[in-house]
Amino acid sequence: MGMAAVESQFHVLAVDDSSFDRKLIEKLLQKSSCQVTTVDSGYKALEFLGIESNDPNALSTSPQEVEVNLIITDYCMPGMTGYDLLKKVKESSAFKNIPVVIMSSENVPPRISRCLEEGAEEFFLKPVRMADLNKLKPHMMKTKLNNQKLEEIEKPLNVAAATAAVEPEIKDSAEVGSKILTLQSELEPKQVHLQVAQQEEQTLGNNNKRKSMEEGLSTDRSRPRFECVTTAV
Amino acid sequence: MLGLGVDRLQADINRLLTSLFHQGVLDEQFLQLQQLQDETSPTFVYDVINIYFDESEKLLRSLRLLLMDREFSDYKKIGLHLNQLVGSSSSIGARRVRNVCVAFRSASELNNRPGCLRGLEIVEHEYHYLKNMMHELFQLEQQRLLAAGVRYPM
Repeated sequence: MGMAAVESQFHVLAVDDSSFDRKLIEKLLQKSSCQVTTVDSGYKALEFLGIESNDPNALSTSPQEVEVNLIITDYCMPGMTGYDLLKKVKESSAFKNIPVVIMSSENVPPRISRCLEEGAEEFFLKPVRMADLNKLKPHMMKTKLNNQKLEEIEKPLNVAAATAAVEPEIKDSAEVGSKILTLQSELEPKQVHLQVAQQEEQTLGNNNKRKSMEEGLSTDRSRPRFECVTTAV
Repeated sequence: MLGLGVDRLQADINRLLTSLFHQGVLDEQFLQLQQLQDETSPTFVYDVINIYFDESEKLLRSLRLLLMDREFSDYKKIGLHLNQLVGSSSSIGARRVRNVCVAFRSASELNNRPGCLRGLEIVEHEYHYLKNMMHELFQLEQQRLLAAGVRYPM
């Protein structure tokens, strides 16, 4: 029972040197029903994954114990930047399929293109919002299904009972996956704690940060304000 | 009688928030923060804003020390501190603080020392205004919780 519950949750590794930003991203991810591990540097992220880093103080973590469905990392970090971390992950044979998302408070189009070219799935401008995270579900779902399929193939044939139990799970996981996605959009924060009347919408200035990125790239990032977000799957 | 207390406090809270939005002190990101608060983290907004205060004050102290130094020349360091302030202020919806930090940052990019000193003063002013407003808000919230708590029979 417990095993099934854990398997249906996505596990996200969040990397940011600012404790403030870590708290925010952790809460956002928890709100999205993800299991979250936060670390404060690229080095610690690599350690956690079990990738060989050149850090002599690295702990050796068994890679099998950790299933990470997504890595979300800040770009500007001392020592190893988010870009460096992205490269290291994509170079590793074991982890190159883990989707990596980069966050930055600065809108620098060449930086954004470089990250996307290096294999980042998405590039989010801070402050990151729930709407941004909802875009990540399809990416994480893909990895999860792939991992489950791989496990299925690698299991020895004499574990017949276990395999039989796993098979129907894989068939249903796509259904479960879409159920999780629809459930999530239904459960979008209904402004329970909204204490200001909607009339303030007019007086608020438009935040142009994201707009400049929209103009630079063709990613569709229209974001309704003060509305429940419907997840486009 | 007790019910009235809660409603009055809620009205005060709404009035304060409306005013802060009107003045541009806060923006929609603050609402995003409120939406993240729930039963599993009932003091989320309070906690996050306090972390913001701690971090910001450290940065502001550091900025003041740097600029007060007669032989100061490390504009890059000022820029780095300001990047952090801009980022965290955006994240909590502190629109005015963020904007004055951006202006300050422009002065630092031009290596303009008097501009930086002015910029710092303005940031400190806006920051303290925000902090006072947040304290008032939290006090009202706390009073409202207490008033609401008394409503329910033991």
